[in-house]
Amino acid sequence: MTAAAAPSRFRRPRRDRGGDDTGVSARRWFTPWLLIAPGGLWLLIFFIIPLFSLGRLSLENGGLSNYSTVISDNSTVIIRTFVYATVSTIAAIIIGYPLAYVIATKGGKYKNLLLALVVLPFFVTYLVRTLSWKILLFDGGPVVSILHSLGILGENQGILGSPFAVVAALTYNFLPFMVLPIYVSLEKLDRRLLDAAADLYSSPARAFRKITLPLSLPGLFAGTLLTFIPAAGDFVNSELLGSERTVMIGNIIEKNFGKEFFRPELSALSFMLMAIILIGVIIYARLLGTEEIA
Amino acid sequence: MNPPNWLRAIGRISLWVWAVLGLLFLFAPIFVTVVYSFNEPNGKYNYVWNKFSLAGWSDPFKYPELTDALIFSLKIAVTVTIIATILGTLIGLAMVKYKFRAKGFIGAILILPLTMPEVVLGFSLLTLFVAVNWSRGFVTIIIAQVMFSVSYVATTVRARIRGFDWRLEEASLDLGASPFRTFYKVTLPLIAPGVVAAAMLTFALSLDDFIITYLNSGLENTFPIQIWNMKRSKIPVQINVFSTALLVISIALALLLVVVNNRRSRKLAGLAA
Repeated sequence: MTAAAAPSRFRRPRRDRGGDDTGVSARRWFTPWLLIAPGGLWLLIFFIIPLFSLGRLSLENGGLSNYSTVISDNSTVIIRTFVYATVSTIAAIIIGYPLAYVIATKGGKYKNLLLALVVLPFFVTYLVRTLSWKILLFDGGPVVSILHSLGILGENQGILGSPFAVVAALTYNFLPFMVLPIYVSLEKLDRRLLDAAADLYSSPARAFRKITLPLSLPGLFAGTLLTFIPAAGDFVNSELLGSERTVMIGNIIEKNFGKEFFRPELSALSFMLMAIILIGVIIYARLLGTEEIA
Repeated sequence: MNPPNWLRAIGRISLWVWAVLGLLFLFAPIFVTVVYSFNEPNGKYNYVWNKFSLAGWSDPFKYPELTDALIFSLKIAVTVTIIATILGTLIGLAMVKYKFRAKGFIGAILILPLTMPEVVLGFSLLTLFVAVNWSRGFVTIIIAQVMFSVSYVATTVRARIRGFDWRLEEASLDLGASPFRTFYKVTLPLIAPGVVAAAMLTFALSLDDFIITYLNSGLENTFPIQIWNMKRSKIPVQINVFSTALLVISIALALLLVVVNNRRSRKLAGLAA
């Protein structure tokens, strides 16, 4: 039998099939491809091909000079975009890692409830969530009042329109994407390793540094990507909570995507955004040494 | 060598406090969304608390454009969920049940859309539609949302059905059941929890998505797009009313799923005993 090489599990008893055993085994190698084909073609036509179409369009009416034009015209915006994305990602780690740690190691029977609270924001649509941040940060709203009474903000100062408002909302909107992967990697961690460390007179801090942290790096890696990437491409938070001072790359694309004339330059801008992120991901993967992910 | 007990206690407490603050940070805007559905705003924008009122809840359909957009969003979500769940489940099954070359490649293609900013995905798809002169609307929104949902479904299904005992299928076939009957009676019940979870995720992602949809929507308005278009003229309390209603329905559905799953696993445990 050649069947051993083809691992299809859908095997009819020979007696039903009569003599067409060859037909069955010939069909086996492409059974997985039949399953993949519909979704795969969808991704090929509407994801892969558009990326090529974007790349081609970015070189129209001027070739590579489109890129230098776009970069020199928008250098402040480009730098600002990556600064905002970096700061909000770091903030998400600072808030998200301890939260994931507490849920995974101390959640006990409330683990699932706490996790449900973490994903609760996803039950309210993105735009409405961001509008609720606008309510929270509005002049006279709770956050501004507290900061006034603490004397951190001056009498007539507000938060809306500032980089702080945009970065805070970016952090908020993508925080669950940071917490969940870290939670998953901490949850899988073998607690006996920590017991062993304690038995060998390691301090809890040292055990954390030598065991917990390294073993949670894959989760931290995934969380960082899932937070940084959408933050770098966002335009909603800047538009709803920011001002002209907080324009990001996404806002430039959003303002002009309907205008035929700008498309080559906008394509260059989006292609560049994608390229910078991909390069960043590769470097980051190398730094963390999580090669199997990259 | 070890820090004193009082220091460790402080560390433990501050860790808890920090985690609770993090949860509050996540929870605050949701709380605000619900509370502000009972506001009677002073003017056109529901940004500042004025006074408690049931006006929004007693007249939820006051703005037909908003209601229509919500209905349109639900239609999109149902269509996308059906298509993406089928396509993604098939890929997930292929990835778990079969060994084949290029599996790593397919896995990478599935991850790739998740590593790209939505604005790039949306804008590149738009350049394709423009290149082939395809006018934007219902169909292009479906195409765009299925494109990013397939990856989520395939990944979710793949993770949930890994390590299942596929010999059950062989047993069914050996006992003379047709492949169709086997799929219906054995495979489907086996993978159902994973598929339902993936379908719910897709539905939520579809309702949630703004950026990709907006770039490929043409003149059609989903619920988020309608809010985006209204943002300079009015932000009525009905936005919060609809969002709160959706939130309550989603929580109820999620609880129902948990109960059904528990009952199912208890039943299975009973069968095994």
